[in-house]
Amino acid sequence: MLLHVDGLGVHLSGKPVVRDLVFQLDAGELLVVLGPNGAGKSTLLRGLAGEHKVARGQVMFAGRPLASWSSRDLARQRAVMPQRVEVNFPLTVEEVVRLGRPPESISQSMPVLLELMELLDINHLRHRLAPGLSGGEQQRVQLARVLAQIWDAEGPVLLLLDECTSALDPAHQQQVFSLLRRLARQRGFAVLAVAHDLNLAARFADRLMLLHQGQGYMVGSPSEVLTKAVLADVYGLSARILELDEGYPLVIPQDDAHKSAYSQPFSRWEPINPSCRQAS
Amino acid sequence: MVIDGAGRMAKGPALLMILGAAFAVSVVSVSSGAYPLSVADILAVLMGDLEDEIASMVLLDVRLPRLVLGFLVGAVLAVSGAILQGLFRNPLADPGLIGVSAGASLAAIAVIVLGGTWLGGWLELAGVWALPISAFIGGSGTVFLAWRIARRAGQTSVATLLLAGIAINAIAGAGTGLLTFYSSDEELRSLTFWTMGSLGHASWDDVAMAAPWLLLSLCAAPFLARPLDAFLLGEQVVGHLGYNTDWTKRAAVLIAGLGVGAAVAVSGLIGFVGLVVPHLVRQTLGAGHRIVLPASALAGGTLLVGADCLARVVVAPAELPIGLMMALIGGPFFLILLLRTRIA
Repeated sequence: MLLHVDGLGVHLSGKPVVRDLVFQLDAGELLVVLGPNGAGKSTLLRGLAGEHKVARGQVMFAGRPLASWSSRDLARQRAVMPQRVEVNFPLTVEEVVRLGRPPESISQSMPVLLELMELLDINHLRHRLAPGLSGGEQQRVQLARVLAQIWDAEGPVLLLLDECTSALDPAHQQQVFSLLRRLARQRGFAVLAVAHDLNLAARFADRLMLLHQGQGYMVGSPSEVLTKAVLADVYGLSARILELDEGYPLVIPQDDAHKSAYSQPFSRWEPINPSCRQAS
Repeated sequence: MVIDGAGRMAKGPALLMILGAAFAVSVVSVSSGAYPLSVADILAVLMGDLEDEIASMVLLDVRLPRLVLGFLVGAVLAVSGAILQGLFRNPLADPGLIGVSAGASLAAIAVIVLGGTWLGGWLELAGVWALPISAFIGGSGTVFLAWRIARRAGQTSVATLLLAGIAINAIAGAGTGLLTFYSSDEELRSLTFWTMGSLGHASWDDVAMAAPWLLLSLCAAPFLARPLDAFLLGEQVVGHLGYNTDWTKRAAVLIAGLGVGAAVAVSGLIGFVGLVVPHLVRQTLGAGHRIVLPASALAGGTLLVGADCLARVVVAPAELPIGLMMALIGGPFFLILLLRTRIA
């Protein structure tokens, strides 16, 4: 077990934002954290990234308590992508990606930089200044920087990614998630990614963790988690779920306005007994 | 000139150019003035071949300490500016921002105005050193105050540091205004001269007092280069990359505070170096601190010595205060820069 979280609580200015969270993450696994806005996803990630103090519970990383790792050692095995990184200074794309590398000569880091810039499709932006790029391009640059940090790491690797594809077009979203899945499968990286796109999560994740009001609501395979009842309960979302032949569900959000307009004609098929209606 | 894809100059040739400029302004600085010296004279004095006592006195006791001090002060102001801009992630941050200049000038002006009355004892005790020592204590004192305010539960908040600096600046400004209001005509004159900055009284004593602090902050700055690079991506990223965020913040404030405190103590208030030089260096050589810090130091020293030459020449035989000169050059220059980048 690469990451073992037991009874985790993270407080923000005294208030518990994440409570009693229990989950495990294996090497080679891609876990996507879902949940409505304000559910505590980013706070959980920041707690694991060491930005917020862990108020309660225990976090074990590679068999050792997370707090006992020195920040330097940890930086070799764990890389973090925050939700937003703004670059205000004239750094080129290549320079930003290189910031992820440990102190080494430019000729040493160049092969890694070139490989990552190729993988994230930012090679053509290599000498452009980062502040002038579009949001999606900047996000890919940051992801390359994060991956550069642990690209040639030995031993366990943990990737913590907070909405790392939120600004990307569908093709790049797919490209990034299949890259993450490949890294997990082939290199044994443990990946914890916060995301909002349910279908993207269902397609690529090994398991999903659903957070609700700071607590773990459910952990399981996409088909287990993405059900009509769960989505209605956690998000208040009415959706149709299609179980695809490929083995993962497809979530189709319903048009609420549409539904209420059509609900009238069908009301006669609803059970007459009011207590039944309450039960459903 | 070699320019790459990001519109930057190659680092090696650019550094050589700055070095060349530094050498050129140094020669101009030691040779020009009320008692002109030729390059041959200078070489002769330095070799000990010249019998001319006035020439050797002018060179060794007036021009050289002035050159050395000008270079060190310019370098430290520019490097401190670069460090604070990195720390605050704001290219408009200035060494004055954390209150160091305001605190130093308040202390110095207090000595000038109250030296005859309340602070008489201090003046007797410290003699000619009273002014620079007070300025140094005032400058580094305000930095520590701002820093103490910004520290809570073992962490330093950069935003609070900035706000505390602004508040301290305002309070020190009010104190300075009050003292100015109560000063006599004669005090007012020496006080104005001081707030506009000057290298005119530079002596080896000044160099001996300020140089250790100035050199300390110049030599310590490069150790911050990598964590400061990480700061450009945000405070949180510094920790993710394995650097000690709080240690970096403390070291940065300390280096900038001590350096600028010492600089203000011997040369008064000199603005714009800390703002314009790092900005220019970033535009031409890139924002990585491993190049920004050394290039800013060289260019800052060169700029200040150059401005000092101009300040001595334009209204010769009198001298313009160098702070005024810097503002005269720096202001319009910065505006042109802004307009150019806005159009581009």
